[in-house]
Amino acid sequence: MSAQFLVSQMLNGLQFGVFLYLMAAGLTLVLGVMNFVNLAHGSLFMVGAYIAAASFERSESFAVALLGAVVGTGLLGLLLHGTLLARLQQAGHLKQVLATFGLTLFFNELVRIVWGPSSLYMQLPDALSGTVAVFGITYPAYRLAIVGAGVLVAIGLWLLVHRTRIGMLIRAGATNRDAVETLGVNINALNAAVFVLGAALAGFAGGVAAPLLSVQSGMGDPILILTLVVIVLGGIGSSKGAFQAAIFVALVDAAGRTFIPLILRSLMDRSLANAAGPAVASMLIYCVMAIILAVRPGGLFAARGR
Amino acid sequence: MTIETALPNPAATRTGRGIPPALFVFALLAAVPFVSTWLGTSYYMTLFSRIMILGMAAIGLNLILGFGGLVSLGHALYIGVGAYAVGILSRYGIVDLGAHLAFMLALVVPVACGIGWVSLRTRGLGFIMITMAFGQMFYFLAVSLKIYGGDEGLVIQARSLITGRGLLETPAAFYGLVLALLAATAWIVHTLTRSPFGLVLSGARQSEQRMRTLGYPLLRYRLAAYVISAVIAGLAGCLLADLTLFASPEYMSWTQSGTLVAMIVLGGLGTTVGPLVGAIVLLLLEEVLSSRTDHWLVIVGPTIVAIVLFASRGLYGALASGRGSEP
Repeated sequence: MSAQFLVSQMLNGLQFGVFLYLMAAGLTLVLGVMNFVNLAHGSLFMVGAYIAAASFERSESFAVALLGAVVGTGLLGLLLHGTLLARLQQAGHLKQVLATFGLTLFFNELVRIVWGPSSLYMQLPDALSGTVAVFGITYPAYRLAIVGAGVLVAIGLWLLVHRTRIGMLIRAGATNRDAVETLGVNINALNAAVFVLGAALAGFAGGVAAPLLSVQSGMGDPILILTLVVIVLGGIGSSKGAFQAAIFVALVDAAGRTFIPLILRSLMDRSLANAAGPAVASMLIYCVMAIILAVRPGGLFAARGR
Repeated sequence: MTIETALPNPAATRTGRGIPPALFVFALLAAVPFVSTWLGTSYYMTLFSRIMILGMAAIGLNLILGFGGLVSLGHALYIGVGAYAVGILSRYGIVDLGAHLAFMLALVVPVACGIGWVSLRTRGLGFIMITMAFGQMFYFLAVSLKIYGGDEGLVIQARSLITGRGLLETPAAFYGLVLALLAATAWIVHTLTRSPFGLVLSGARQSEQRMRTLGYPLLRYRLAAYVISAVIAGLAGCLLADLTLFASPEYMSWTQSGTLVAMIVLGGLGTTVGPLVGAIVLLLLEEVLSSRTDHWLVIVGPTIVAIVLFASRGLYGALASGRGSEP
């Protein structure tokens, strides 16, 4: 195995980590501030990808596609929060889980009705369709741009949460929402803002991912479950933990897919190794999660348990 | 906060008159083969066999969810493990029901002990997310096991034999076995929830701190309940494989786990038979809708949302307490 291959695998891992972070950052804010479990977060990712792919086909402009995905999912988030989710705020986790599970089934079917049963494909924007040379390898420019965009979003979110008034309210709300409400802050408006922000981030992730994946019904589900792994490992409600855990999860996953087939091939018969390799690799991150939680139930990066 | 506020008090629905509605449900189920034969088709027997099997899994899940207050969103994984236990042994020519059940137990018990031990150390939200992640882990395992069909699933040649004979070949005989096992499961869960063990479980849901102060090792109680409910789901998985002659990764998809939870909430959280009623209603709705349109999920999804918003006590809970309040 060459060093180039290793570098490109790790960059792929990093890029996947950025997706996971974009998803986890929004979801963990909603969890932390609203104490709300939103399983429909994966649907928002999917809807973002569909809007991006569909509007790129019409407009041929990547900027329009991405803007459409962010604004569209943001509005959808506002609609969901206003009509349904705000009513479930105090209903307990079980009801929140079940209602947002129902929403996921609904959206998975709705996109089939609106955009047809077959997958959509989106082209890369012209400016980013080439490759660039980094660390001695040629790497797709678009994937590198995703890593850059993710870092920018992370910085922007950190500034928003730690350096602005609304960020202060978000942190205060996560610590003690009753006290914040008593101080005269409109907690419903704050919740709605956080929810829309989370939805828009998921839509952004979906829009950015659309050229790399086949855009199809149910594409958000596996991402959602990995996002939940990230949040559990990062400590529920922690933005910083979400960032660290997203990168960690993605790199472990990438390393597993790179090395486990090689290790197995050196240990056992080639055909047996080829059969077992993908199985073990796809389970690795869950096994790592289990081990970490067995030792530290509060998560790997959690500053505080919740 | 925990889910306890969303749960009805089991004692409120477990009145002395709480039994007759359960008998009514089982009497209806017992009548299905006769009606089906009278109509000259085995379709209804097959349909209701499936409903009872998933209802059994829901009754098992309700032991930890409704009574224990632990929302497991990965319970379909044990249905899948049960189905693959039948599928894998059948593939190697071992077709005895007893052997299938023994193999299921040999797989489910250690897996449930491990997953339960890790997951139960977390609370509330963490538990929901981790059980979901473990469900996904086994889903991926099944998908990537190419020798056992991978994502296409594993076809089973014939239904399990009992003492070397094909006693379950006819739909009616198989239906009878499923009904008997379902009744036994419901009775066991009912007995468990009223035993000291079940009271500790309920007590831990209502006030964890109080039970800890009283000196109960809650992890052990919860783990025992988790493993029991996993074994029930595993049994349901064996039966499902025998019914469909198929084992598929889809049996343990997270949507299957979510549907089990929906059945419980629809039927009634704090009741033994409620999840079965929920399974009957939800799966009949699914059957009717899917025969009319390919896009039936677009109706089932909002139906589940409506269940959450309006069925606070569940169908069976309303039924049982309605009877209980009569003079």
